[in-house]
Amino acid sequence: MKGFKRLPSGGRIDRAKAISFTLDGKAKQGFAGDTLASALLAGGGGVVGRSFKYHRPRGVMTAGPEEPNALFTLGSGATQEPNIPGTQAELLEGLAARTQNGWPSVGFDVMAINQRFAKLLTAGFYYKTFMGPRKRSWMLYEPFIRKAAGLGEASADPDPARYDTRRAFTEVLVVGSGPAGLAAALAAARAGARVILAEQDSDLGGSLLSEPVGSAGDAWRATAIAELAALPQVTLMTRTTVQGLYDGNTLGLLERRDHLSPDPAKGQARQVFTTLTAQRIVFATGAIERPLVFADNDRPGVMLASSALAYLQRYAVAPSGPALVVTNNDSAYRTAHAFKAAGLQVVVADTRATVDAALTAGLEVETAARLVGVSGAHGVTAARLARADGSFLRALPSTLVAVSGGWSPAVHLTSHTGIKPRWDAATACFLPGGFAATHAACGAVMGQFALGQAIAAGFTAGRDAAAALGHAGNSGALAAPDIQSFGAAGEPLWRMPNPRHRKAFLDFQNDVSDKDVAQAFDEGYRSVEHLKRYTTLGMGTDQGKTSNINALAIMAGLRDVTIPEAGTTTFRPPYTPTAIGALAGRAVGKHFRPIRRSPLHQWQEANGGVFIEAGPWLRCWYYTWAGDSAASAYIKEMELVRRNVGVSDVSYLGKIDVQGPDAPEFLNRVYVNGFAKLPVGKARYGVMLNDDAVALDDGTTTRLSENRFFMTTTTAQAGEVMSWLEFLLETAWPELRVQVTSITDAWGGMAVSGPNARKALELTFPGRDLSSAALPYMGVLEFAVEGVPIRLIRLSFSGELAYEVYTPADYTQDLWEHLLAAAAPLGIKPYGLEALASLRIEKGHVAGLDLDHRNTLDDIGLGKMAGKEKDYIGRAMRFRPKLQAPERWSLVGLELLDAGQKLRGGSILFPQGAELKGHGHGWITSVTWSIELNKYIALALYDGGLKHAGEEIVCAYPLLNETVRAKVVSPHFIDQEGKRLHV
Amino acid sequence: MLRIPCPWCGERDYNEFRYGGDADKVRPPFGKPAVEGADLKAWHDQVFVFDNPKGPHKEYWQHVQGCRHWLVLERNTATNQVLQAWPAREFALARVKP
Repeated sequence: MKGFKRLPSGGRIDRAKAISFTLDGKAKQGFAGDTLASALLAGGGGVVGRSFKYHRPRGVMTAGPEEPNALFTLGSGATQEPNIPGTQAELLEGLAARTQNGWPSVGFDVMAINQRFAKLLTAGFYYKTFMGPRKRSWMLYEPFIRKAAGLGEASADPDPARYDTRRAFTEVLVVGSGPAGLAAALAAARAGARVILAEQDSDLGGSLLSEPVGSAGDAWRATAIAELAALPQVTLMTRTTVQGLYDGNTLGLLERRDHLSPDPAKGQARQVFTTLTAQRIVFATGAIERPLVFADNDRPGVMLASSALAYLQRYAVAPSGPALVVTNNDSAYRTAHAFKAAGLQVVVADTRATVDAALTAGLEVETAARLVGVSGAHGVTAARLARADGSFLRALPSTLVAVSGGWSPAVHLTSHTGIKPRWDAATACFLPGGFAATHAACGAVMGQFALGQAIAAGFTAGRDAAAALGHAGNSGALAAPDIQSFGAAGEPLWRMPNPRHRKAFLDFQNDVSDKDVAQAFDEGYRSVEHLKRYTTLGMGTDQGKTSNINALAIMAGLRDVTIPEAGTTTFRPPYTPTAIGALAGRAVGKHFRPIRRSPLHQWQEANGGVFIEAGPWLRCWYYTWAGDSAASAYIKEMELVRRNVGVSDVSYLGKIDVQGPDAPEFLNRVYVNGFAKLPVGKARYGVMLNDDAVALDDGTTTRLSENRFFMTTTTAQAGEVMSWLEFLLETAWPELRVQVTSITDAWGGMAVSGPNARKALELTFPGRDLSSAALPYMGVLEFAVEGVPIRLIRLSFSGELAYEVYTPADYTQDLWEHLLAAAAPLGIKPYGLEALASLRIEKGHVAGLDLDHRNTLDDIGLGKMAGKEKDYIGRAMRFRPKLQAPERWSLVGLELLDAGQKLRGGSILFPQGAELKGHGHGWITSVTWSIELNKYIALALYDGGLKHAGEEIVCAYPLLNETVRAKVVSPHFIDQEGKRLHV
Repeated sequence: MLRIPCPWCGERDYNEFRYGGDADKVRPPFGKPAVEGADLKAWHDQVFVFDNPKGPHKEYWQHVQGCRHWLVLERNTATNQVLQAWPAREFALARVKP
């Protein structure tokens, strides 16, 4: 017999709109307004999943996001999404759902054999059993165990759906739209406050949705919603779960829009994540009903009492046979009376000895009863009741066992900022432990279970929130609906007698039973945090919403301490599982982060440039004129520069305009070497240190006029240097009259390098005197061509005669094309980053690879540059004894000794004959093939530095199990006298 | 999400800013001492020794994605409550000209 059926009338479903869906490929039908779970129950219910560890058959247990059993994989291929509670998945046309964790099917699951071995499969079983025989055996077993015990699988393909993120602000946020939340929103909005009401359900009303359509309770709800919807200052957000509360009254809201069939091609998002800052927050998050702990309490057909009511009133789904309501508190009588009013057969078993006659009127009630077992593995058929002493009371045929073990207020959000919930003995609940000044809570989350109490508290909270923000409007009054209110007064009973020692589950999703808690206690895992991690209790996708309190109450009983002494585990965001896509929003693929491009990018793209990511930049790596791979092209490009002339894009360099009467003094302080007396029209290479004497950056700064300098920085450190200069001017030396402005994007630049560089520029700028007399090494010329400003600085990174030419970014491509055309008779061609970086290694110039934030001025061999008489940033710390020790590493050159082998960046260096072990005596920072020396060369940091010049060392590359021999030499591999620079 | 009241731009999300360290620390005076090494201890403390106060604390932040000014923010390190902000330059000038 099927356990559930659809009633011919009633409910909030739209019977005119049938919805077709599939479960494991089989066609099914439901109605608009159904959830996947309610549609499956309407079709008969029964087994919808297999449990995590024992593969026990499981049915729908709840009607909300707390559902531990009825989890499905929705969609397939790239859109496949696992572990979705069927109780929260709205039924949509064409929905393709699959059951999880059962093979070949959830109805007949071969792994159910695990139930036979249940005595073995207790907490810690896997860890204890699969530790041997070898130390790493767990690594071998784990994949198989994970396959047997697990939930759904995520798709490995990129998610084609669109997600959005947005930033929002409001005066008052009300979380939850039950009676208390509706009242709070009304009071705040009537007073004039801007209100957002966020509700995780598809519909507003909370527990009022379980009032019959057209009843007084339903009418109250409809009136409140209509008033809110008409107020322009109110935003109603349904299908929106408030996932987390963070600092600064900021919250994360996840809105689901699958019901709108969003089309990614039209840019429509299936989920929207809102970062919301609210001046005031009213938490009306309600409470989650607790299951009862009894033998075989996980059988399909055992359901929370409030959920059974929701299925009846909202979805017109009822048990096909008699129902048994088992409770330890008053709230379940609402379900029992509703069942009776619907003409269903119902018996109540109350664990309490005495119950208020007003509750029991008209119902068949067994008091002081205990539920000791149910029959029917794939669907409940009968239940057995006993007396408190265990003696037989009664057996009842039942297709639904609706249970209520009391309520757990949803204190998750109020606990996210670190406020621990407090135990309230009167309600037997954990309530919010306190509030920030701008927070308040009302309704069931505060233990206010009676309807009138919740509405009154909500109204006050909303009115107070608005008043605190200065809204003096009249909120008027709000009367509660005239319906019977049941409250939730009761006496906790944490466990039913279990004479046959059957499984009694706490955490249904993770298959944790009361015996596992007892075992954890026996083995010493007694704190709730240990209990959780040892048994995996509360660690499923439902995060123990239905299980945590029962488990810690049982642990408290075993430890003979009070529940507050046992305490709760920590509540952390998100409240329900959140797709990573929703957090990423549109920051995926090419929008993952912004890409910086040079003003020459388009030209390079069109003219054989091949790009490489360098920090945020896309830089031109090499040009196809020189070869079809970087490895071949850069050699040709190097040859071009060493023997003729090439031009390379250097727009990537950081460029800072430094102005002001104190600019010379400022630069003199930030650079280790002197800049105060740099003549106008001259450039100088400089190194900056951090306060701790580690090299921050190097670059060239040119004095354009008395009070104006043009600073260049490395590409990588441009942002850091800019912030550092601004920091010094605003916090350390406010008396200096200096302005710094980043002009990195405003100016483009190109390096013209090679023996024919001067000729190339003479062809580019005809009639201009570029002789060494007019433009000596480290000189600068500023002039205009057709009104376009040009800064021509004679400096060299490659070691050849070279110039850097700067011009505003809008004209950079024009100048580049003009230069290439004008100097074409010389055979000029462009060269890329790989050749640029290799040329500088031959010359022994350090760059980002060598300045890795571990090295000081002395480490990179530039200690002599520092001013002896002046102060500069990092001076004091530079003279720390360890940094000055003779065996401290410093920059050396390496030449490969064995032809046919390679030097590799990152290799670890050892003296000849030393054991190849540990961190070695240094490391290689930069490597290139030298076209001048016809061998591999490298820059490296080596303990003792050039004291070891001429020695043979070993370069180890453990990743490839490779060692090669190299000789320590000067890092200046070519033209040590600098003759080429001064021609 | 901290909200930082930038003295120039108004209240903005903290991710428009970069953190810049303890603003109560006063840098050792600029200038080479007569004997090299005489200021090593002062700089050692500046670079490596930090208090870890609980409660209100002044720290530097820069509005890197806004006006680029540096500011001094007072924040309660225990509650993460943002208390007040001032232009960093005002603090620095007060130190230069007491």
